[in-house]
Amino acid sequence: METTTAPAPNITLTPKDFATDQEVRWCPGCGDYSILAQVQKVMPTLGIPRENFAIISGIGCSSRFPYYMNVFGMHSIHGRATAIASGLKAARPDLSVWIVTGDGDSLSIGGNHTIHLLRRNFDVNILLFNNQIYGLTKGQYSPTSEENKITKSTPYGSIDHPFNPLALAMGADATFIARSMDRDPKHLQTMLSRSHAHHGASFLEIYQNCNIFNDGAFEVFTEKSSKANESLFLEHGQPLVFGANKEKGIKLDGFNLIVVNLNEGHSVDELWVHDESDLYKAQILTRMFDDPKLEHHLPRPFGVFYQAIRPTYEDMLTQQIQHAKDKKVADLDKLLRGNEVWNIA
Amino acid sequence: MERKQEVLQDVVIKFAGDSGDGMQLTGTQFTNNTALLGSDLSTFPDFPAEIRAPQGTLPGVSGYQLRFSSDSIYTPGDSLDVLVAMNAAALKTNLKNLKKGGKIIVNTDGFDTKNLRLANYPDGVNPIEDESLQGYEVIGMDITKMTREALKDYQMGTKEKDRAKNMFVLGFLYWMYGRDMNNTEKFLEEKFGRKPDILESNLKALRAGYNYGDTTETFTTQYKVEKAKIEAGSYRSIMGNQALAYGLIAASVKSGLTIFLGTYPITPASDILHELSKQKNFGIKTFQAEDEIAGISAAIGASYGGHLGVTTTSGPGIALKSEAMGLAMMLEIPLVIVDVQRGGPSTGLPTKTEQSDLLQAYYGRNGESPIPVISASTPSDCFEAVYEAVRIAVEHMTPVIFLSDGYIANGAEPWKYPSSNDLRTIHVSYKTELGHGETKFQPYQRDENLVRPWAIPGTAGLEHRIGGLEKENITGNVSYDPENHQLMVKIRQEKVDKIALNIPEQTLDNGPEKGDVLVLGWGSTYGVIKTAVESLLKEGYSVAHAHLRYLRPFPRNLGEILRNYKTVLIPEINNGQLIKIIRDQYLVDAKGYNKIMGIPITKTELVEEIKQLTSSRTATASI
Ligand code: SF4
Repeated sequence: METTTAPAPNITLTPKDFATDQEVRWCPGCGDYSILAQVQKVMPTLGIPRENFAIISGIGCSSRFPYYMNVFGMHSIHGRATAIASGLKAARPDLSVWIVTGDGDSLSIGGNHTIHLLRRNFDVNILLFNNQIYGLTKGQYSPTSEENKITKSTPYGSIDHPFNPLALAMGADATFIARSMDRDPKHLQTMLSRSHAHHGASFLEIYQNCNIFNDGAFEVFTEKSSKANESLFLEHGQPLVFGANKEKGIKLDGFNLIVVNLNEGHSVDELWVHDESDLYKAQILTRMFDDPKLEHHLPRPFGVFYQAIRPTYEDMLTQQIQHAKDKKVADLDKLLRGNEVWNIA
Repeated sequence: MERKQEVLQDVVIKFAGDSGDGMQLTGTQFTNNTALLGSDLSTFPDFPAEIRAPQGTLPGVSGYQLRFSSDSIYTPGDSLDVLVAMNAAALKTNLKNLKKGGKIIVNTDGFDTKNLRLANYPDGVNPIEDESLQGYEVIGMDITKMTREALKDYQMGTKEKDRAKNMFVLGFLYWMYGRDMNNTEKFLEEKFGRKPDILESNLKALRAGYNYGDTTETFTTQYKVEKAKIEAGSYRSIMGNQALAYGLIAASVKSGLTIFLGTYPITPASDILHELSKQKNFGIKTFQAEDEIAGISAAIGASYGGHLGVTTTSGPGIALKSEAMGLAMMLEIPLVIVDVQRGGPSTGLPTKTEQSDLLQAYYGRNGESPIPVISASTPSDCFEAVYEAVRIAVEHMTPVIFLSDGYIANGAEPWKYPSSNDLRTIHVSYKTELGHGETKFQPYQRDENLVRPWAIPGTAGLEHRIGGLEKENITGNVSYDPENHQLMVKIRQEKVDKIALNIPEQTLDNGPEKGDVLVLGWGSTYGVIKTAVESLLKEGYSVAHAHLRYLRPFPRNLGEILRNYKTVLIPEINNGQLIKIIRDQYLVDAKGYNKIMGIPITKTELVEEIKQLTSSRTATASI
């Protein structure tokens, strides 16, 4: 049942407090369910009163998200959630603003607003549910679909080259860039908390399985059998290691990435140690985007790729206004009168 | 030397030159100077579409028309008394508008072989040397040479010196109309205070122009226009876009709402962004977005957060914003969408005026999407009209479209500015908690005006979700129910219709309450209709003038007024837009008068049109 009274401060909220009475209508088995559950788990832990959350979405399967969250929410129009959220955050820096969007919504029709939000660095959290397909319109390829993909709109295979969303975000000077997956609740929760903790625009790409139109798109990264070898979990200050027994590591040789086996004479000390604040290495990490079907491909990184501190748009806007107010009193009558007045008797 | 002083009642001057000649600045300065003397005035700047069209060519001509008078005036005038032509192209483009016997002040240097060729005069033809200007009074002076001469002691390039030519002309006109030049001197000091060289050279050129008039024996007459007999009070000069920005600021102060402007630069609306960006001390937030859609979307976000979202644009921008306007209508949140119209369609005529977008404002969205429409009729009217737009948006929880146009936006007139105390209250109320007996917040529960509550994020207990999908009545939950959709479409329409109860009844601007012809206008045709009807009334015609500010919904008594006249004439600077809506809503057989040339209708042509209507009436009646 939906709670209608506001919890007093210090009352512990639970995931249930964040659920609404609306029936969740994603297809059974859709990855969105897990993401919803993790968001509902994380939000109560952030120490923010429920009414101070606002979730803005665009259009697409994922964008139904606000209806299932008992906070303030807007299900807006296709591609514009980022722009709407920018205005909301500029108006109300006190709110915790979250954007829920998909690969079509944020990278195709709304691509422009996404990159501009990132460069402006509003303190909002973008959750990009990437399922590499158009679900709501029933299965056309998306701007993140791989080349040669057969879909309803590409019966002969897609000839579009896909976006690498994190590299795009780097190009737009995003200050927080991370990747997670629907099938790893713990990791996703951590990434959600980190996105929230970052003061600035957080760009979190979440691999989300669309079991109806693109089932298994991320299977190699998420399934137990292959996950350890195909996914590389980044941790700040830790060497890049992966494999079932953490026996493999990545070493930098100039700009080249070399996979070494720690059981075959290589030492951990040789390995690349992840530094979230290293802009140049973050660019290399975002380019670890190999097709897992290729031989000798590199594993796909998950975690926080990059974090930087840069003033947010809304902080600077507030400062600029304060500065203007300090310099000049706002006197409406004076403004209306202007400098040159004459009188008619 | 003995000078004559001649008192004139009404003067129309046009400053015309190359777009690099600084004619807009000259015009504005002369206008401000004139305003300070208490004349009534009206201006009409017209610029080329290109920032710097090729120098000396016909498309490169930039003009600024000013009319000032000791009578009340409402238009910048049909024809010119004085034409200032800085080059041959300026003369060629504007000569047709000069009255017979009018004065032409020409810069002779602008009539050399090169300039004549660029202005497409045939080889060997120079209008200021042949007979073709007989019937006009030509005052030729080599402004370029005299400006250079005045500045000969300055260490600056010839190109730099030539930039002060416009000040020489201005100085000369100040002499001709017996003015003092304080306001321009002060303006130059403020503008170039940090560049002493440029300041000095401009002041010097200005004084040189004045002294040239004063000392040369050729000029014997100075002209004077007395103070206008207009309503007593304090006045200032104001331009449309500026008045619009001030109206928004005033509405912000009076409502206590912060203005958030989300916008993308576009001609001729950008000056509103510039003006509001300067006034940050009023707490105004301006956001130059990445595109038109982001501009309105950000404004919607800000309104959702409890600010007053505003977006400003022109026709093509409205087209881009349409989907977002539909969302705002569906969300039922306050938003002001300003359309400073320009010549359309497509990119059309960006710097020319047209009443291009009334139908777009009315119907240009998918689905049944009623949005109130309000328009301004003169530059200073932008203030009050946009204030009304804000009031309606906030009090009725709805987006409102505000229509201005290029002619109003850039035109200037005296404004009897209001005192902040006299401005009408704007009632704002956020919902802050559940009402008595309410167990759950219902975002689409409405009051007697069908207005829903404004519950902003951060309000405990009122968490709710809204969006663009059809909503269930009262709860606002998503609903695909057929009956509910029909109900909601009707409710949204009725909600807009009910605004008619919260706006004034339509009044007549002039003329009898019943009669032959009612001239019904909206927007920037106000001045010309007013002037035409006034003169026809003096001649004894049975004609009246009503001018609409509220275009959707119309004032509740409009139908009654329309039926009191044998003929309704609707002049518009478009191919007939208001006329379609009036015919549709009132089944009145209105006649149109349409000019689609990117320029205003003149008094002469409108008077002619009205006369024809009345005489043909009389003719039929007498059969
Ligand atoms: S179509 Fe795909 S993405 Fe959409 S709800 Fe179904 S499974 Fe999820």
